[in-house]
Amino acid sequence: MSATVELVPPNPVEAILRTERMPSIWCPGCGIGTTVNCFARALLQAKLDPKKVVVVSGIGCSGRVAGYVDLDSFHTTHGRAIPFATGLKLANPELTTIVYSGDGDLVGIGGNHFIHAARRNVDLKVFCVNNFTYGMTGGQVAPTTPLRALSTTTPYGCFEQPFNLPQIAEAAGAVYVARWTSYHVRQLAHAMGEALRKKGFAFIEILSPCPTLYLRRNRLGDGVAMMQYFKEASVVRHGAPTREVGIDFQGPLAVGKFVDIERPGFLELVNQQLGRTLDAEYAGCGGEGDYVRG
Amino acid sequence: MTADPAGVLTGTHFLDGDQACCEGALAAGCRFAAGYPITPSTEIVERFAQRAPLVSGLFVQLEDELASSIAIQGAVWAGAKAFTVTSGPGFSLMMEHIGYAAMTETPCVIVNVQRGGPSTGLPTLPGQADLMQARWGSHGDYELIALSPNSPQECFSLTLEAFNFAEQYRVPVIVLMDEVVGHMTEKVIIPPAEQIEIVPRRYTHLSPEDYLPFHAGPDGVPEMVRAGDGYRIHITGMTHNERGFPEVSVEAQENLVRRLVDKIRLHADAIARVEETATEDAEIIVIAYGITSRVALRAVQMARERGVAAGLLRPVVVWPFPEQRLRELAAHARGFLVVEMNYGQMVREVERIVAGRAPVSLLGHGGGSVHTPEQILESIVALQPVAEPTR
Repeated sequence: MSATVELVPPNPVEAILRTERMPSIWCPGCGIGTTVNCFARALLQAKLDPKKVVVVSGIGCSGRVAGYVDLDSFHTTHGRAIPFATGLKLANPELTTIVYSGDGDLVGIGGNHFIHAARRNVDLKVFCVNNFTYGMTGGQVAPTTPLRALSTTTPYGCFEQPFNLPQIAEAAGAVYVARWTSYHVRQLAHAMGEALRKKGFAFIEILSPCPTLYLRRNRLGDGVAMMQYFKEASVVRHGAPTREVGIDFQGPLAVGKFVDIERPGFLELVNQQLGRTLDAEYAGCGGEGDYVRG
Repeated sequence: MTADPAGVLTGTHFLDGDQACCEGALAAGCRFAAGYPITPSTEIVERFAQRAPLVSGLFVQLEDELASSIAIQGAVWAGAKAFTVTSGPGFSLMMEHIGYAAMTETPCVIVNVQRGGPSTGLPTLPGQADLMQARWGSHGDYELIALSPNSPQECFSLTLEAFNFAEQYRVPVIVLMDEVVGHMTEKVIIPPAEQIEIVPRRYTHLSPEDYLPFHAGPDGVPEMVRAGDGYRIHITGMTHNERGFPEVSVEAQENLVRRLVDKIRLHADAIARVEETATEDAEIIVIAYGITSRVALRAVQMARERGVAAGLLRPVVVWPFPEQRLRELAAHARGFLVVEMNYGQMVREVERIVAGRAPVSLLGHGGGSVHTPEQILESIVALQPVAEPTR
């Protein structure tokens, strides 16, 4: 056997990625790819059977994540990743179901599904890449765009109050709420791992630069400049009251784990209530991973 | 294969169309439903919510029809048979996901118990004005199948068949009921499970290495897998290649969308189904579907009693439209009368196919009540080639 020296050792995250589909569609300096790297690391660390992990995305730049992970993956319609994932999870509870999408998708057009899934505490891991804009369509104002920021549809500055996503998630009933940025790769991977292990509706907001459509228009420099901002403006505030973590234009950024509580999950309550009422007649639902499948 | 006895309520029942529709879904093996309350369809999911937990199924009431119509597709990809039910306003909200189901070839069933429209319209009264919406409502080119029951018995049997069609062709299938059919109560006979034919999901036997999710066999329908089976599939509403990945090109569009259209068009004659009464020697053919067909049947009988050679053609499958049979009839008939609860939808199809070989007229109204047999009879008589002086 001849000894060969591997100059570039294989990157372990490649096991989770569809490398044959790369380079990705994402712009240079975009943070989405970094978050996917964190996700792949978290998944490897969690030692879940990749066959039983599903990624569901909506529409937009972050909606394309589903196409780059080497898992069962669904690129659904705009805003509807959460209800699609809800149906998938309820029909086969043994699947670890991750919703990976953007701010416009999840809390703009899909906002209603977001709050209701959190209320039901459906066992979904929702990773929301927030780049403060609708990037895919050219940089329009989003429900997350900070006041005064420029966008193609607020050319004189944004006059809409943005959502504070951790506060909404907590108020709606999420059992795990965290925020990190694409600068905090270790913390983000760690948080994703926690979310994967957490039972119930777990939500992570991931702040991420959009150099092409958000930074350039607002004269905030390139992706590196945004990373610098993330680094300097971030304050780790684990357990901070979520009402205090709203984001102002280029203001301080509260990051960390804000919520980590226990609350009965949707299927748990389904089984409890139906079992209690129907007793022996109840044919069961959830847990076995096969109850509605033909 | 035959039906799972667990879901089949074998026996003779006295049910309304909505309840019968629910039993059809359960008999077909449907164990997941998502929906949002809307009159006059709600009784279907109310019954499903009651029955499903007894047969290992689940109903979830979601926040709107957008959620419901996509949640069922998530459930399908997890391996379930699933449906949602609605009426006009909710049906409008579901249009995008009819397109998603067509594009991703997700077998599912959507029931629309039609009421008068547009907009909120007549929530408690019937209409048939969603016929074209059922066919053309989502953007882009696609084909689907739609069925139109005219009795509670058929609400059972055609809902069951809707699931079979969905699995056979991997398309969304619409059950186009109406308020009267949904709320009328009649005898419904549910046969024993072993007499109910079920089309199982067309799962692949290929290994993950050999399997291409959107490579179709000779009938144009690709084989499926479930999430969690280890095939690492990618499903997208974007134009995609056989591997399932987005491909934005003229070629990919041509390959995919042509197949989506052809898999139904090339089987249109096999899918089409009509019910005919006294058409052999008929000079005037009345065309009606859903509840209207039952009134039209009475009108045809009255016309015959008066010596007018009338017959009834009732499309049971309304999409694809029964073109072949209509073309045959157009060779002999001397006039067509289309009766529908709208201001002219199916009549356009009839005019297109009859293509001037005989006069085609419409007896339509905006919904709210069914036609009377006398109204229809009057129009039949008016269409007669040698008729009394027209008014």
